[in-house]
Amino acid sequence: MAKKVQSNESYYVASQWQLMGRKLKQHKLARISMVILGILYFFALLGNFIAPYGTIEFDSIYKDCSPTKIHMYHEGEKVGPFVYKLSKISDKKTLRVTISEDTKEYYPIHFFTHGEPYKVLGFIPCDLHLFGVSEGSNGGKGARIYLFGGDSLGRDIFSRIFLGSQISLTIPFVAAAISLFLGVLLGAVSGYFGGRVDFIIQRIIEVISAVPQIPLWLALSAAIPPGISTIQIYFYMTIILSFINWTGMARTVRGKFLSLKNEDFILAAQLSGVSTWNIIWTHMVPGFMSYLIVSVTRSIPSSIIGETSMSYLGLGIKPPATSWGVMLQETSSVTNIVSHPNKLIPIIFVTVTVLAFNFFGDGLRDAADPYK
Amino acid sequence: MNDEKTKETGGFFEGIASFFRRDLVSYIIKRILAIFPSLLLISFVIFVVIQLPPGDYVSAYIAKLTGQGEQMPPEVIEQLRADFDLDKPFMLQYWSWIKGIIWTPSNTTWYRLYGSHHNWKYSFSEGKPVWTVIREYLPLTVGLTLAVMIFQYLVSIPLAVYSATHQYSLGDYLLSFIGFIGAAVPGFILAIICMILAYKWTGNPLVGLFSKEMLENGVHWGNIGEFLKRLIIPFIVLGLGGTCGTIRSIRAQMLDEISQPYTLTARAKGVSETKIIWKYCFRAAINPTVTGLGTSLSHLFSGSTVSAMVLNIMIMGPVLYDALLSQDMYLAGAIVMVQAFLVEVGILLADIGLAFLDPRIRFSGGSR
Repeated sequence: MAKKVQSNESYYVASQWQLMGRKLKQHKLARISMVILGILYFFALLGNFIAPYGTIEFDSIYKDCSPTKIHMYHEGEKVGPFVYKLSKISDKKTLRVTISEDTKEYYPIHFFTHGEPYKVLGFIPCDLHLFGVSEGSNGGKGARIYLFGGDSLGRDIFSRIFLGSQISLTIPFVAAAISLFLGVLLGAVSGYFGGRVDFIIQRIIEVISAVPQIPLWLALSAAIPPGISTIQIYFYMTIILSFINWTGMARTVRGKFLSLKNEDFILAAQLSGVSTWNIIWTHMVPGFMSYLIVSVTRSIPSSIIGETSMSYLGLGIKPPATSWGVMLQETSSVTNIVSHPNKLIPIIFVTVTVLAFNFFGDGLRDAADPYK
Repeated sequence: MNDEKTKETGGFFEGIASFFRRDLVSYIIKRILAIFPSLLLISFVIFVVIQLPPGDYVSAYIAKLTGQGEQMPPEVIEQLRADFDLDKPFMLQYWSWIKGIIWTPSNTTWYRLYGSHHNWKYSFSEGKPVWTVIREYLPLTVGLTLAVMIFQYLVSIPLAVYSATHQYSLGDYLLSFIGFIGAAVPGFILAIICMILAYKWTGNPLVGLFSKEMLENGVHWGNIGEFLKRLIIPFIVLGLGGTCGTIRSIRAQMLDEISQPYTLTARAKGVSETKIIWKYCFRAAINPTVTGLGTSLSHLFSGSTVSAMVLNIMIMGPVLYDALLSQDMYLAGAIVMVQAFLVEVGILLADIGLAFLDPRIRFSGGSR
């Protein structure tokens, strides 16, 4: 009995956010999605460390190779996890050159090896990688470990997935942040002031949402000037993606403002001389922040698809940088894919991320709904 | 007024009769008139967007010619720029574009050359007037989009109603699962996967709507089977997202309606289950789906852009992409404009359909 009272009490004194958090924990799919997304973002953060190679490191022998086999026994003797080097072997009779494993020498896999230098968080120089192969048993060089195989230029798909995720997973987030800002600002102005301002902003929203999204994105990304740095392209892409997404946000905000505007506490604040800006940011916005977070989360999957499609078509991220969309360019030839199915691995990552964001968004929506 | 209200709740034919009543007609006229200002605004936004890329297509064209080793005298270049209004300030360029589209008088060079009163400008990359290009792709685009939309509703409505009336059954779970996957997987990725599966199973990736033979002889009884086979993948790829969305929305609405007290009352009075579901619950539940008609059309255009490129279906999306790459900005602008126009028409039809479904709309004006 005492326990029940206690738990009731903790329910009554909990803030809205705590209540939301509790409900979210009960949503099984949302919880699983949260874990998956957490792992994906964690890996993206450590991308350079996990990836054994850089985005443009290549070896033409490893062109279109299938995932590197990891062996345990060399000539019947257990020597721990190691790989063989790929090399060209010509058939003595037919002189046909094939690429296969050279089993003369083995290359043990080491953890925490030194390799391609990179910068942690953009400024701390480092060259430590989670794993890698360096020297062979007889001091040979040139073996590589491509866990997901190589692409058509002989680059490591595994490394490129994690390095690409740094772009593919963050662009939607930055775009969501920009559209959140724009949406709240314009929606608030529209809903709070009403009248002519409201009319104009509403027409703009209507017009933007009447134009089909991806054609508009394509048209806008055609405007990205050529020959600019990756950071600038990144910046342009976030702006383009948020150019459409803010409209939904502004609609939500405006609706909430219209309903909150006539509440007594707003009148009280106005009478006590609180400035308009303060009323909006300290009294109104917290009132519907949870709805906003939900609508931001639910806008992320379409941004991911947008970035992927733009980069897939070559209108987005360009080499030397990479993203999942750029990697999918490899899948344009069906016959190539059928013989190298490992090139489809980026698709799994895109799909899992989009699914996880969808489930997470649904869970958030249910959690933010006080009537459920 | 009271009399009219009772009539509206009457039978289906009376519903059709009331459809043509004056209030509805005036509402429809008002809605049609409201399209024009929004189209004008849309055209402005599109014009701004297509003007954004650095350079213009006369410079791109000249660069291409120079690349091929041809030299152009500066006067010709100036003349070209003047012909395409590129020497004018931005607002005048927009004005000349939009004015030409609405009406080009008979005394202009354009009319004498092409015999059209609507000057959508010239497409450099295709070497034809823009409208000629659009007219080539419009029938297939509209036909395919409409067919996919009808397919979407034909498939999703029975499945959604089944799912709602058999909640928590195996079929319901299966549909929800497929629904989630379908809504989450981007269309072009689905297209790639479908093509690979088709190639693995049949040895033919079934790329494109028409085979070589069909392009030569057209579609006739002899090859209709092959044509239908080629339609399967585009329908799955273009329709799955929308179908899943519609199933989810109708299912949720139906579940809401089925638990309403009026359903219980109807059941208590002995109304047949079929009638309860289809005449009362379904009519109320389909409301948001009808509202979303314009949006789902927009999603279809959006989704089909990249998927059509992967599947090599020559509808407007791939043409838009080529136009954007070759800086053929008037063609790109015209395609986005036509798509936006079709979406506006979709929204209009949705509003009219809604006014027919829900009498309250007629008196308060529109779904948006």
